[in-house]
Amino acid sequence: MTSKNSKVVELEQVVIRFAGDSGDGMQLTGSLFSDSTAFAGNDFATFPDYPAEIRAPQGTVSGVSGFQIHFGQKTVYTSGDLADVLIAMNPASLKANMRWIKEGAIIILDVDAFIEKGIEKAGYKSDPSTDGSLDGYNMIKAPITTLTKEAVKHLDMDMKSTLKTKNMFALGIVMYLFNRKLDLINQHFERKFKANPLIVEANKAVLAAGFNYADTIEAITNTYKVEPAPLEKGRYRNITGNVATAWGFIAASERSGRPLFLGSYPITPATEILQELTKFKNLSVKAFQAEDEIAGIVSTIGASFTGSLAITTTSGPGLSLKSEAIGLAVMTELPIVIVDVQRGGPSTGLPTKSEQSDLMQALYGRNGEAPVIVLAAKSSVDCFYSAYEASKLAMEHMTPVILLTDGSLANGSEVFRIPKVADLMPIAPPIVMANDPNYKPYRRDEQKLSRSWAIPGTEGLRHRIGGLEKEDVTGNVSHDPMNHQHMTNMREEKVQRVANFIPEQEVFGKDEADLLVVSWGGTYGVVLTVVEKMVNQGKSVAHAHFRHMMPLPKNTETLFARYKKIVVCEINNGQFVKYLRMNYPQFKYQQYNKIQGLPFMVAELETKFNEILNQ
Amino acid sequence: MENQIIDPQVLNLSKEDFSSDQMVKWCPGCGDHAILRAVENVFPNLGIKKEDFVVVSGIGCSSRFPYYMNTFGIHGIHGRAAPLATGVKLANPKLSVWMITGDGDSMAIGGNHFIHTIRRNIDINILLFNNKIYGLTKGQFSPTTPQGSKTKTSPQGTFERPFNPGELVIGAQGNFFARAVDTNPKAMTAVFIEAAKHKGTSVVEVLQNCVIFSNKAHELITSRETKDEYQLTVEHGKPLIYGKNNDKGIVLKGTKLEVVTLGENGVTEKDILVHDQYEKDPGIHVMLARMMPPEYPVALGVIRSVAAETFDQALDNIIAHEKEISAIKTADDMLNSGSTWTID
Repeated sequence: MTSKNSKVVELEQVVIRFAGDSGDGMQLTGSLFSDSTAFAGNDFATFPDYPAEIRAPQGTVSGVSGFQIHFGQKTVYTSGDLADVLIAMNPASLKANMRWIKEGAIIILDVDAFIEKGIEKAGYKSDPSTDGSLDGYNMIKAPITTLTKEAVKHLDMDMKSTLKTKNMFALGIVMYLFNRKLDLINQHFERKFKANPLIVEANKAVLAAGFNYADTIEAITNTYKVEPAPLEKGRYRNITGNVATAWGFIAASERSGRPLFLGSYPITPATEILQELTKFKNLSVKAFQAEDEIAGIVSTIGASFTGSLAITTTSGPGLSLKSEAIGLAVMTELPIVIVDVQRGGPSTGLPTKSEQSDLMQALYGRNGEAPVIVLAAKSSVDCFYSAYEASKLAMEHMTPVILLTDGSLANGSEVFRIPKVADLMPIAPPIVMANDPNYKPYRRDEQKLSRSWAIPGTEGLRHRIGGLEKEDVTGNVSHDPMNHQHMTNMREEKVQRVANFIPEQEVFGKDEADLLVVSWGGTYGVVLTVVEKMVNQGKSVAHAHFRHMMPLPKNTETLFARYKKIVVCEINNGQFVKYLRMNYPQFKYQQYNKIQGLPFMVAELETKFNEILNQ
Repeated sequence: MENQIIDPQVLNLSKEDFSSDQMVKWCPGCGDHAILRAVENVFPNLGIKKEDFVVVSGIGCSSRFPYYMNTFGIHGIHGRAAPLATGVKLANPKLSVWMITGDGDSMAIGGNHFIHTIRRNIDINILLFNNKIYGLTKGQFSPTTPQGSKTKTSPQGTFERPFNPGELVIGAQGNFFARAVDTNPKAMTAVFIEAAKHKGTSVVEVLQNCVIFSNKAHELITSRETKDEYQLTVEHGKPLIYGKNNDKGIVLKGTKLEVVTLGENGVTEKDILVHDQYEKDPGIHVMLARMMPPEYPVALGVIRSVAAETFDQALDNIIAHEKEISAIKTADDMLNSGSTWTID
């Protein structure tokens, strides 16, 4: 297809937001555009924004489903704050997303949906596409529904199937705007709808119609181009945090030689990890969908006792239900990994919104003195490496590990440079050989203080463990006062010594500066974006982003001492900052917290950091 | 992947191979002692290597059991023995997994796990010690305590209706249910062996006496004076006849079981119901499991034993099939599967 002579404008980075009714197929539209972005060689990150209900009332603001993509010719750390382009399939999508777009952004509307009923349902008093309220924006008013019907008229399809393809008309317009070729997407239709040639034909026709429409209309004078990003050589793929988490465990299982067992119960936003792992029976993964959260983790403990790399996946409410069983794993000193994909709480809270408010629960939410290792993934891709590391630490140190991710990381996607499993850190679980005469259930490794792993079915290693306090070395049940003190100390010390086996805390920016910005977990991208920007402006700022929450890296204290001011920012009411105040009370910490079910925005952090710098 | 049965003569195991060196701390006279002895007698004779047994439990008096067996063992948390056993079995289906639990552990706090484990037909053996009371917490009523019983939490007598474990097991699509009393080691041993042989979830309810908090809970069934009139040991293919003089029998009258006396009203052995433990339809099995004194005798022995595919075997079969047909053989294959692109 040849383009009309519109001017091609080069951009460094772009944010596009696709929005429509939850049945409009916006997630598919967005992911197809992502595939095309990958082939264009850009770095990118995406984020879906969908309602908690499967099909909220049609045409209402609560039923709007969105998908955002941020792509650029430089490294992209987040799915972006405000969009440059908004596709709004109906008035409700416009209403729900106006606050997420930049001033002067391009808004592509399906004007056919801007009829009285739709406008009213969205809560508008007058038609926003005509009442002048959007005058500051570059509005493309496309009769998408009409032209979609027109494009497939020759195929004699029913109305329902016809309307299902209108998202492809919108995609066609966006493809034109960003100088993309349609081949890749057409190939996708051929693969996906192999059994239904009519649907393939319809989607192709509507996509092309959208593209051609954009090529024809006067309203589009410029098209845009984002040059490829200078990505390191290698093979790449797009991956969501949840898939990356699942795959990290599979890689760890293979590398450690321990079969992978998952015991889990579906819960938003962690369910995809369970779904993903059920696919890999070809790699001998045993994914068990249990009757509840408790059975999920307890079956995991059973599998761990039996020698599997055993994991359980959940979100905050599920972590609460698993507390007692985590204590059992602490007491039996068995390796398990508990993934908590955090969401808004307390209680059912905001199931589809992201939050970092389970940190205290992960660190302390159990009866008794029950220390565990806590890790927090920093990005969707890092979920892979964090799951891998969590498995390594759990097995090598014989302890439960809680891995915190969150809804944003879980559902967001990033470009992933595919590693080779052989290049990942080796994992050496302390498995006892058959008939080892020195084996005692609670004899500990001198360095790590971990006990060893004697697997049922191995000759000469029969032993009993359980939730009752154990006598040192023998593992017999013991109520002896000094033994309990000793074993409590050992369990604590074992986790603290993990600090000897993890990397020191790194800093982005100068070793000494006026302000150290501290963050943890899923906020890495946005905080780094802000700090990088401020450093480029010559500001005296540095960034320490934590992935190891328990134990903290050994150099944390000396590192903090090198900065005049410290600000801790998190998507909660201040849990990490409290933890730091408790651990290193000699420093003065400022804090920036937000708990609205929303991610940090670049602008708000920048304002806050500048304010602190100017104090 | 199932446990390989080896000739017990070759294994040459004895009771002593399974006795642990730990002091057994149940109350003197507790029925648990007899169950422990029976299990110690059964394990050497199953043709299973001693390191292939795993004994799993929840919480309660019965759940101290793993500490008293010299096998691999794990003592879990309250009510969760079933998922613990599930995890062990799924991780290694070759192991012979024995779950020890009580009426509090499995009928109350662990009720959900209990029914789902049975529904899935995980190949484990569940020994349910039913003393109809909470013993370890010192005498509160349990979900199997008979209505009207005075306990620490029902000083005026319980007014909730109890579960009948057998009815629950079969209602949860259980394929194996047997019952024994702690006073009859021989019969107990026999049903434990049957449970071990059965592929799938086997549940054996042991009517066990708590000497402290519900002493004589099973008095009618176990006392020398009354047991013959209140015990009916069912045997596959045999008529359901019992009684001191072998003159009582069970007949199906309409939709109900009824006790009859042979020789009275023209009743002969031909009229008596013949036990079929292999019948898939659970109807008669439920009726047998539900029989309770004083109206009926209590049914002992293997009430239901129906062959069906086990969860662990089904999972292993799918894994074997997927491994065969899939092009993804390694984690590297997985990482490079689907839509990828290369930057040179």
